[in-house]
Amino acid sequence: MMPYRLTPRGGKLRYLPHIVLCTGVLIVAFPIYVTLVASTLTSPEILSGPMPLLPGPHLVENYRDALLYGAAATTGQSVARMLWNTLVMALVIAIGKIVISLLSAYAVVFFRFPLRMLFFWMIFVTLMLPVEVRIMPTYKVVADLGMIDSFAGLTIPLIASATATLLFRQFFLTIPDELVEAAKIDGAGPLRFLWDTVLPLSRTNIAALFVILFIYGWNQYLWPLLVTNSPEMTTIVIGLKRMIGTGEGRTDWQIVMATTILAMLPPIAVVVLMQRWFVKGLVESEK
Amino acid sequence: MQRRVIFRGRLLPYVLVAPQLAVTLVFFFWPAAQAFWQSVHREDAFGLSSRFVGFANFAAVLGDPDYVDTVLRTALFSAAVTVLALAPSLLLAVMADRVAKGATAYKTVLLVPYAVAPAVAGVLWLFLFFPGVGVLAFALRALGIDWNYLLNGGQAMLLVIVVAAWKQISYNFLFFLAGLQSIPKSLLEAASIDGAGATRRFWTIVFPLLSPTTFFLVVVDIVYAFFDTFGVIHAVTAGGPGKSTQILVYKVFYDGVVALDLGGSAAQSVILMAIVIVLTGLQFRYVERRVHYG
Repeated sequence: MMPYRLTPRGGKLRYLPHIVLCTGVLIVAFPIYVTLVASTLTSPEILSGPMPLLPGPHLVENYRDALLYGAAATTGQSVARMLWNTLVMALVIAIGKIVISLLSAYAVVFFRFPLRMLFFWMIFVTLMLPVEVRIMPTYKVVADLGMIDSFAGLTIPLIASATATLLFRQFFLTIPDELVEAAKIDGAGPLRFLWDTVLPLSRTNIAALFVILFIYGWNQYLWPLLVTNSPEMTTIVIGLKRMIGTGEGRTDWQIVMATTILAMLPPIAVVVLMQRWFVKGLVESEK
Repeated sequence: MQRRVIFRGRLLPYVLVAPQLAVTLVFFFWPAAQAFWQSVHREDAFGLSSRFVGFANFAAVLGDPDYVDTVLRTALFSAAVTVLALAPSLLLAVMADRVAKGATAYKTVLLVPYAVAPAVAGVLWLFLFFPGVGVLAFALRALGIDWNYLLNGGQAMLLVIVVAAWKQISYNFLFFLAGLQSIPKSLLEAASIDGAGATRRFWTIVFPLLSPTTFFLVVVDIVYAFFDTFGVIHAVTAGGPGKSTQILVYKVFYDGVVALDLGGSAAQSVILMAIVIVLTGLQFRYVERRVHYG
């Protein structure tokens, strides 16, 4: 039997969903499109009234200038260096969070030991303390440890993650007891079981978390703003903001726009290329 | 919930939790304790000594008209961001649930803002609305609107609300779509056979069944507007003009980092922690009533 049609084929409302969705796509894409166009123009073209809405021929030179020299407001800070710093930061945060959460979740689920639940709750409550609410004290701790202007200071304070620990814990609880028993009979210890069985089973969870955490790391703003002072340690999001002159300073809009595109490209590529894991990670990390 | 079959080990479990526990203690509990300590102490001008002042810092913060203004402004900002991020996302999700062709393509584009950093989203929109440069700034001028968000506080607020909402659309859209897809088609078919049109079906069946998702997203969006929009505001307006776009998180940052009022900033941090705990509590209180996503 044919199911009753919920979306009639004819009628004047036939194209309504597409019209609404195209409007949504336009609102999402328009700012990005204008930025992309501006990154192919020259400074005078942008500054002399409404800029053209079709790409110009200066794409290669603008991106080259940005990557090698940066903008006038931030002389000497190449965007290539900023991209590198940001990549290192995002990777260390994402991989670090996954590793330490995986290990602690494994201990909490597969062992019984004194203080186990206390440890679990200590990790759990950190969910409630985003870095934004403990700005100054955390900064002071990092300064006292001499970690200002270092990758360690940039990444380690952000590495503890209750979300990832909870996700791994939930997944580990679903691993059948038979698997653990079989491993024990085979004489495998806890570390062998972790490496040979749990890790391969966790592959999709790890991929999903990686997408979410890579974006989290790449897009960090307040923390790098506080703990990095030297130009060599600038991340791209911070550098981008500094390129926009305040008041008197001239703004090299074409370079700023090229840098904006460069700052967006890696996280967008990760989301689009790993979309399946991204959706899984987003939905599951909120459970 | 516990596992039945477990491993034996005396030292190993401690070694495994040690890294996470160390980071948590050093960078969460110690600073949080410091925030509490600082919030009841006052340092002298040189930072050499500090004395216990009880709740004086809190009294100073709460009695400061500027702080009260910031609280009201933050409430307005988060309410506006939440509504503006939820309503279009719901509409888009309902439409995406209906189309047969091209749904994946629409979805891919609509997920993009999630990947864009708040500050970068700020720069995208700032460029559109920058007086004398932006395409939309010119368009508004052509319509006879005196647009200059660098001088007009109301316009600045409007701009940061739009940017913050734009970034959150992906997240809401995805969760609404998952919620919609979990609604049994048979229910809708039955209503349809009974003669209920699309609009009626939405308000009597879809919307009530989506309410757990909606409630969850309201809390998530409020938390987002409170804490994750720092980058948007810092990049677009830096709290200005005047203090017209200064929200609570921005004030903690400004008072602590720029004005170097440690006691005041710490007291504000403690107040913010209380707000997060209440919001997280709300979220967990209703967590089991949420829909399942398959």
